[in-house]
Amino acid sequence: MTRPVLLAASTVMAHVPGLVRIGSKPAREIARDPGLVDKLVASSRGFDDAVGYAPNQAFIGAIHPRAMGPRPHFNRVVEGGRRFGPDGEIMPEREFLGLMALADQFKLLRLAPDLAQTAAAALARHPLSESFKPRGLEAAIGDPAAELARGALGLHLGSGECAAALAPGHNEDSNLTAPVIAENLACKASGALALAHLLRLHQLDPASIEYVIGCSEEAVGDRYQRGGGNMGKAIAEMAGCAEASGADLKNFCAAPVPAMVIAASLVAAGVFRRVAIVGGGSLPKLGMKFEGHLKHSMPVLEDTLGAVAAVIGEDDGRSPVIRLDQVGRHKVSSGSSAEAIMDALVTGPLDRRGLRITDVDEYATELHNPELTEPQGSGNVPERNYRMLAAMGVRRGLFGREEMDRFVARHGMPGFAPTQGHVASAFCYLGHARRALTDGGSARRIMMMAKGSLFLGMMTGQSDGMSFILERNGG
Amino acid sequence: MFAGKKVIVVGERDGVASPAIAACVEAAGGEVVMMATECFV
Repeated sequence: MTRPVLLAASTVMAHVPGLVRIGSKPAREIARDPGLVDKLVASSRGFDDAVGYAPNQAFIGAIHPRAMGPRPHFNRVVEGGRRFGPDGEIMPEREFLGLMALADQFKLLRLAPDLAQTAAAALARHPLSESFKPRGLEAAIGDPAAELARGALGLHLGSGECAAALAPGHNEDSNLTAPVIAENLACKASGALALAHLLRLHQLDPASIEYVIGCSEEAVGDRYQRGGGNMGKAIAEMAGCAEASGADLKNFCAAPVPAMVIAASLVAAGVFRRVAIVGGGSLPKLGMKFEGHLKHSMPVLEDTLGAVAAVIGEDDGRSPVIRLDQVGRHKVSSGSSAEAIMDALVTGPLDRRGLRITDVDEYATELHNPELTEPQGSGNVPERNYRMLAAMGVRRGLFGREEMDRFVARHGMPGFAPTQGHVASAFCYLGHARRALTDGGSARRIMMMAKGSLFLGMMTGQSDGMSFILERNGG
Repeated sequence: MFAGKKVIVVGERDGVASPAIAACVEAAGGEVVMMATECFV
């Protein structure tokens, strides 16, 4: 049995302020109060501000989350902040709408001529132009106004201009409506962007990827199989992984962690040599907390889709090892209190190898940016998680109560991820974790943990969670 | 303290989930008529 290692990871964002209005929460509120559209447009953020936003620079690996500086972040830009970072990029909206059109094999998305031309020109200069072949955008040129008159969904730019229209995939299938197709195309395009960046940044041959596990939040399907589709293989195709098959794994926000564990298991068992895991962006979560931002006279900061890709392969003697002997899982019988969940995910697996909470250098947990959640009253999610961990350290007698803040500062980090559930749940930290555990990095052991709110789907009152440890190779 | 009372329980996944609150309410003699756990992210 070979040891599975994290060969590569990438993170990308698409800055799409014009799509915020079709996020789930904004769309519901706009239906009640159409005047909200003007407020959203007036409060949208420009691309330069999104690129210079410290949490976004942390997301693409340009700075570590601990180096973001003091809050608030939204009213300043990071000096030297750039579109492209060590782990990926922040793509502007025109290019991303072009990428969505390239992801659309069924010609449902029609772009205004000006958008198609500017997107094609920009994507032709993109480092991944070979992968995405933007000349194909000529075939996507159409008349959005005419499409809207026929009942299509308008896709807007941050300026408020309607620059594209999306027809439904079927007139009678509630799982192929235009809003559902929009979510899935945004997910596919951003996921493919993440995977293509990963392959280029880490010089991996696309043909070496044998399987792609999709762990996005979106469900692809039709009226007979809602959620029965396969985003993993769709992304594999778009990213040029011609030798790959794939499938999707669902588990609300927790999906990426079990996807990584299963991918590592497939490699360890010798079924496949290289497995990619991809989570595309979640369009429904754009603007999820926008009311809090408007209330506090802030820009609508949930204006970016986030996507993550990773490749797990056979031991190369250098990349961080995924410890399959130390996977934590929340069992049916584990209990629902925060303490019971932490026992299942953290102390249980650590105890199996005789490790203490303090033996793990860093914990990657729910890393939602608090600047997005606090204005709406949802609190600081990562801090809550880290304080719970610290409390368990105190309970076990590892350190005193007065040391809790120091534990949080040393083993935790500020939240920096957009509120794209699965992406924020440890997955976004993979690039940083790989750096910290490779070559000159300072860490020896990092735990990745995620939780999923299963009860939201009303099939069980349970939540779920899983964790695993990444360890320095040879350590 | 909840004897004879009907109680609506609202929990939060990262805080205290509703089953844990409901168990306490019932132990204190209350009747849980509805419970929900919310996720705010």
